[in-house]
Amino acid sequence: MKDLKSQASKSTTPGKGGLTPEIQSRIGHQLRAMYDDVVRQGVPDRFAELIKKLDAPGGAPQVEPDRGSNDNNNGRD
Amino acid sequence: MPLTDSLRDDILAAVPSLRAFAISLSGNADRADDLVQETLLRALANIDSFQPGSNLPAWLFTILRNLFRSDYRKRRREVEDAEGNYAKTLKTQPSQNAHLEFEEFRGALEKLPQDQREALILVGASGFSYEDAASICGCAVGTIKSRVNRARSKLAALLYVDGAEDFGPDETVRAVIGGSGG
Repeated sequence: MKDLKSQASKSTTPGKGGLTPEIQSRIGHQLRAMYDDVVRQGVPDRFAELIKKLDAPGGAPQVEPDRGSNDNNNGRD
Repeated sequence: MPLTDSLRDDILAAVPSLRAFAISLSGNADRADDLVQETLLRALANIDSFQPGSNLPAWLFTILRNLFRSDYRKRRREVEDAEGNYAKTLKTQPSQNAHLEFEEFRGALEKLPQDQREALILVGASGFSYEDAASICGCAVGTIKSRVNRARSKLAALLYVDGAEDFGPDETVRAVIGGSGG
C-alpha cells in the first residue's frame, strides 16, 4: 500500500517511476486474461494419464495396490 | 508424505495453472508442456519431501521455476540470442485463441527481464502472496515487491506510454487516463 502512494502522486503522466492505478489495473487484467486463457484449458489428458500411471510406487502402470494399510497420516484432510 | 488420492487430486488441480505459468515463462506452448511434465515427474519422485499441510501449488511452482531456470541456462549456451529467438517464435506463431491484444501483451511480457517477469506472473496472475512468491523464487519479499513494480512500469512503458507519446492516446489509453482526470 505504500507503493501505491508514490504511484498515485502523478497520476496522469505514467512514466518510468509512476503508474496510474488505471494502468496498473489494466496490466493486471491483461495478465490474468492471458493466464486464465491457459488455465481454462484444464488438464490435458497427457498429464492426467501421467499422474495416474505414476500413482503406484515404482512408477509402473499397475492395478491399484492395497493402499492405506499403514496410513499414519495425522488425520488431516 | 505418501501419494494419497487426495494429494494426487491436488497435484492434478494445480496442472492448469502450472501450464499457464510455464507458458508465461517460456513463451512457447510445447516447451511449457515439457516443463510441466518434467515438474510432475520430479514432484512425484520427491513426494516424500512434501510437507503435508504446506502450500502444494507453491511447492510445484518452485520445482517448475527451477527447471525452467536450469533449462534456460542450458539453452542460452546453445542459442546465442535466446530471448530474441523466443520473441521471433512468438511473432510467427499464428494466434489461435489469442487476439491481437494478447499477442501484443505477450510480446511485451517477453521483453521483461526474467526475474521481473516471473515475479509479476506469480503475484499478478497466479495469485500468490508476496511471501509465497519470494519463497518460490528464493529471494526476499522486498525483492519480489520491487521486481513486480519494475515489471509493471516497464510493461506500461512498452504497451501504453510509447504510443501515447508518439501518436496521442488511443481510445483505450484515453479512457484509462481520462478516468482519473477528474
